[in-house]
Amino acid sequence: MTGTTAHAPPAELWSENLHPGEHWSGVLRRGTTLRITALEPRANVATMMYNYESLPERYNMADTLKAQHTAFLTTGCVCYSDMGRILCSITADSCGWHDTICGLSDAAMVAEKFGASRFQEQRNEFFRNGRDSVLLELGKYGLGTRDLIANINFFSRVTADDAGALHFDAQHCRAGDYVELRFEMHTLLVLATCPHPLDPETRYRPRPIGLRAVVTGPAAAQDPCRLRCEENARGFRNTEMMFPA
Amino acid sequence: MIYDQIVPAGEAWMRTVSAGQTMRIVDLEGNQAVDTLFYNANNTEERYSAVDTIRAQRNIYLTTGTALRSNLGATLLTIVDDTCGRHDTLGGACSAESNTVRYALDRRYMHSCRDNFLLALARHDHGLTKRDLPSNINFFMNVPVTPEGGLQFADGISAPGRYVQLRAQMDVLVLISNCPQLNNPCNAYNPTPIQIQIWEAG
Repeated sequence: MTGTTAHAPPAELWSENLHPGEHWSGVLRRGTTLRITALEPRANVATMMYNYESLPERYNMADTLKAQHTAFLTTGCVCYSDMGRILCSITADSCGWHDTICGLSDAAMVAEKFGASRFQEQRNEFFRNGRDSVLLELGKYGLGTRDLIANINFFSRVTADDAGALHFDAQHCRAGDYVELRFEMHTLLVLATCPHPLDPETRYRPRPIGLRAVVTGPAAAQDPCRLRCEENARGFRNTEMMFPA
Repeated sequence: MIYDQIVPAGEAWMRTVSAGQTMRIVDLEGNQAVDTLFYNANNTEERYSAVDTIRAQRNIYLTTGTALRSNLGATLLTIVDDTCGRHDTLGGACSAESNTVRYALDRRYMHSCRDNFLLALARHDHGLTKRDLPSNINFFMNVPVTPEGGLQFADGISAPGRYVQLRAQMDVLVLISNCPQLNNPCNAYNPTPIQIQIWEAG
């Protein structure tokens, strides 16, 4: 036998688990795929993304939704920046719906829902909130309040009825559910694992999350995300202008 | 009334509205999208947030009674009257770049709301830049979301003379692009003027 097998598993770059409530940030290079795993049911991962080479370019909720005629994200969707380019593609998804429109929890909401909580009494079990979590991660890159954007909430499903009223699906996320993001540009990724802001659970109970990054290379010519719609084909074309082969 | 102005189709408009003042936006000819952002005039890092507004009222449409929330959770303005019925805050603002994705590469040259926003911010003396353009409101625009999660730009539900009226809860800097989009039904393919009126607190 000579040569390598055609289906060798992609090389792992790194993996780590996030404690319940932990926030995280890091850079995912073009051609890297990140699997995010809900290690327990009812997880939520609030997510913001920025072009690491030009931070004013960032995930744009409206451009993402209207290009793909959807209010939620799943396999085959891509996440657009405000510049008509693609930050990442969703190449696998076991749960079928990720929320894009409900935003973050904040300190006042967490105190009202779950009660007072301080480090002094509770040490690292103190209650975190989404906005403060992403703000402090953004601060590590010189970003701040001006850079708060409409975020994705991976693993959460919230539907709108005909009158526009929102309904949180508490049964949506199961233990082991995962989503895979293939990065199409060098991306600053910011994550917060606080409960979804519309999750009616009365006890503060964030869930642990698994992260695993592998090398997959960027989208191929016949990639399903590229072929999903003509809009995405043009989005990939715009993105690949930055990365000539 | 302390202010009364017509804003032609495709133009930007920027002005401070003081706490307690009431502002009316009139859709003069019907089905005109009015892309709008608000900033705390005394701390522009605080600005309109679509997701905070949606989360707080647990509803995606804006109408009478909606509190327009900031990225810090405060109420910037409230909608006190609305003869249109509902307004969008998911559809965002058109741009040259998003036009290349949504329609065709050769639509890049067409005038857009984000070009209006960027030039208005550049001319304004507060150091505001593209970082300061979060998801906006589209007054009079109809972007229904289905229970299955579908999203589309639909024909408008507005009509000539319909208006939305807002009361400022703090001093707010208002940034409007009277949308020049010609590629979808958000303006009925025919961008038209709007009227902006402001009344003193009272």
